[in-house]
Amino acid sequence: MPKLTKFLAILFILLSFTANASTDKQDLPLAPLRIGLTPVFLDDQAAFLNKWRDYLQHKLERPVIFVQRGSYREVVDLLRDGKLEFAWLCGYPYIRNKRQFHLVAVPLYQDEPVYHSYLIVPATDTKTTSLADLRGKVFAFSDPDSNSGYLYTAYLLAKQGAMPATYFSKSFYTWSHRKVVEAIAAGLAQGGSVDGYVWDTLSRTHPELTSRTRVVNESPKFGFPPIVSSRSVSKHDIASLQEVVTQMKYDKEGAYLLNEFNLNGFVPGNPHLFDSISDMYHFVEQMRTHAAP
Amino acid sequence: MLHLKDISLGYKIPLRVAILVIVTASVLAPVLVYRSIGNLRDNMIANADSLGHLIADTLTEPILHDDVWRAFEIINIPFSIPQDQTRDQGAEYILVLDASNKVFVSTKPKRFPILSDPLTIEPNLSPVVNNPPDLHAPEPVIIDTRQLSSFYLATAIQSDGVRLGTLIVSYSKEPFEKRFYSLTKSAIMITLLVLAVLLPFGVYWARKMAAPLLQLSETMNRITPNLPELDDINLEETKDEIGQLAKSFRTMLGELKGKEQLQQQIIISDRLAAIGRLAAGVAHEINNPLGGMLNAISTYKRHGIQDTLTLKTLSILERGLQQIKETVAALLVETKTQTRSFDLNDVTDICTLVQSDVSEKQVKLTCNIDITKAQPVSSTLVRQIIINLLLNAIHATQSQGYVHLHIWCDSTDLCIEVSNDGSYIPKEKISYLFEPFTSLNQGGNGLGLWVIYQIVQQLGGVITVQSNHDDTRFTIQIPLQEPHE
Repeated sequence: MPKLTKFLAILFILLSFTANASTDKQDLPLAPLRIGLTPVFLDDQAAFLNKWRDYLQHKLERPVIFVQRGSYREVVDLLRDGKLEFAWLCGYPYIRNKRQFHLVAVPLYQDEPVYHSYLIVPATDTKTTSLADLRGKVFAFSDPDSNSGYLYTAYLLAKQGAMPATYFSKSFYTWSHRKVVEAIAAGLAQGGSVDGYVWDTLSRTHPELTSRTRVVNESPKFGFPPIVSSRSVSKHDIASLQEVVTQMKYDKEGAYLLNEFNLNGFVPGNPHLFDSISDMYHFVEQMRTHAAP
Repeated sequence: MLHLKDISLGYKIPLRVAILVIVTASVLAPVLVYRSIGNLRDNMIANADSLGHLIADTLTEPILHDDVWRAFEIINIPFSIPQDQTRDQGAEYILVLDASNKVFVSTKPKRFPILSDPLTIEPNLSPVVNNPPDLHAPEPVIIDTRQLSSFYLATAIQSDGVRLGTLIVSYSKEPFEKRFYSLTKSAIMITLLVLAVLLPFGVYWARKMAAPLLQLSETMNRITPNLPELDDINLEETKDEIGQLAKSFRTMLGELKGKEQLQQQIIISDRLAAIGRLAAGVAHEINNPLGGMLNAISTYKRHGIQDTLTLKTLSILERGLQQIKETVAALLVETKTQTRSFDLNDVTDICTLVQSDVSEKQVKLTCNIDITKAQPVSSTLVRQIIINLLLNAIHATQSQGYVHLHIWCDSTDLCIEVSNDGSYIPKEKISYLFEPFTSLNQGGNGLGLWVIYQIVQQLGGVITVQSNHDDTRFTIQIPLQEPHE
């Protein structure tokens, strides 16, 4: 706000004293807020994202730029390098970069800041009941930096002393939860790990896609992918964004957007929400270093 | 047994045109279908080839990075185009094999699961799997045999000269066959349509072409037994060969006709000459004793017994002999008499002489005399001709009819024309008209025209008769004599 006030004051002075002054000095806009997005939600809806961006710009009273990249890692790197102010990430990269990142807000899904990881198989496969049935099959992960789309399954395998690369005949990444569902529906892979919230939301908007898959297992609750900021972002900016997103549910436009997200709102969130992910990460890392020669 | 050669041109030409049209259509249709199918196939292979190369190039990186999903997305791009745009020519499926010929990814993952052996699923692929396409060959390997329901196009996927895998694009032949059937069907339909239009047109055209020939042939058949009238011949005289033929035929017919007429005239004049000679001979033979008999009667009447019965009998004999003499004299036309030239006074005399007959029959006699001076022809004979003609005409005409006399001169002849509205003289009678004792009317001895004919013949002239239903016309041309004679 002070920036804006200052700007308005300068503008006023300029206008009063030099009525016909040129325009080259009047524009000192606030630097745009760059927010990285990852496929932790359905980030492939450009029109909807434009609406959300407009909403944020309006509420924050400054330009907002959404930055999307092909993988979580690229967004994480941008955030670490200070090329983004904020990012909506998975809990897994968050806990791995806890020291560099600051927790801004956690979405509420079904009134809780948590979600599950689903193990899905093609709907035509009626036999598979657990991960054990998928040994030696082709498996689809969403992203190596995704909790629900990789870490949880890797953790389950690690507990058995196995690793994805050897347990499955082949595994691949689709770099998006939605595409995991598509890969399973097409029969490209016989099993896949997917964000439960994304699968649920897809089953609401694209039932023809999810109906071709079957959820075999649901993971325990994990902290929902949070919005984080890089440490370099000012407390004021963090507070502004936190304020805006947590207040979304109280105005009509925000409530509409949340409904489109299939979320109930945002809460400031507690870093300990992601402890279970952290535990899994450490367990898997331990196993991996042990397994390595 | 009717041979094809004997069939009328009226059927033969249209038949040949029809056969030609049908043969052309039935040869053209399959050729067009064959060509279209060939083009379709070439296009399809060209498209498949460029698609194959494009996809193979794009797949290099995903295969190097072992990125199955990216590869899957790439090979699915051709299938994301709506079906109607690909017009049934799209690929059936795309299969990507890795360097060890295992399935890397396919657009039908359920049929070709990742890492499976493609040959156990599709044995037809063995030529590609066993002989993968050459890395440097620009041409893709195409597997297409009649037994297969699909054909396959294989392209090498390579990076820096190292084989990474093989891209196989499968095309079902079914849409191809469907296309073939639909093409054939439409070709048949179009052919039938073309035939439906061309055939009647061709037949009509051919008939039209044959028509003048048929007409000519039909006219030629009419030559026997009698030559047809030239006016009855209706042949189109165009400038083409048939037209020229028709023209020549007409000319030939005209000449034949002239010849025939000439022949007829010769026959008539020969006959008339023979009759004339006979008549003259008989007349001479009769004239000599007749003169003696008449002299004897005359002498007896002057010097013999004058009783009433004898005188009466002698008178009867004398009158009879006199009649014979007159008749014989009429037969013996003597033209050797030297007389003056024919002039206008003669015409006046003639008109006076026939006046009594004219008033008796109440005929309208008109004269049109186009001579002003005396003409060097024998006035006695011409007078005799004109009187005879006029009397004939007056007798032949209806009561209150007309008779017209026209006399004129051309450079060589004196022309006399007498016309009336008398009764029509049939054609066949005209040839006998000038024979003696051929009388057209009840009265008269039938020697009038004979005498005219004899005179005209002896003067070297020509008589023509034209007769139709309301006008009969006698025209006589008498050559003018040399002035010094």
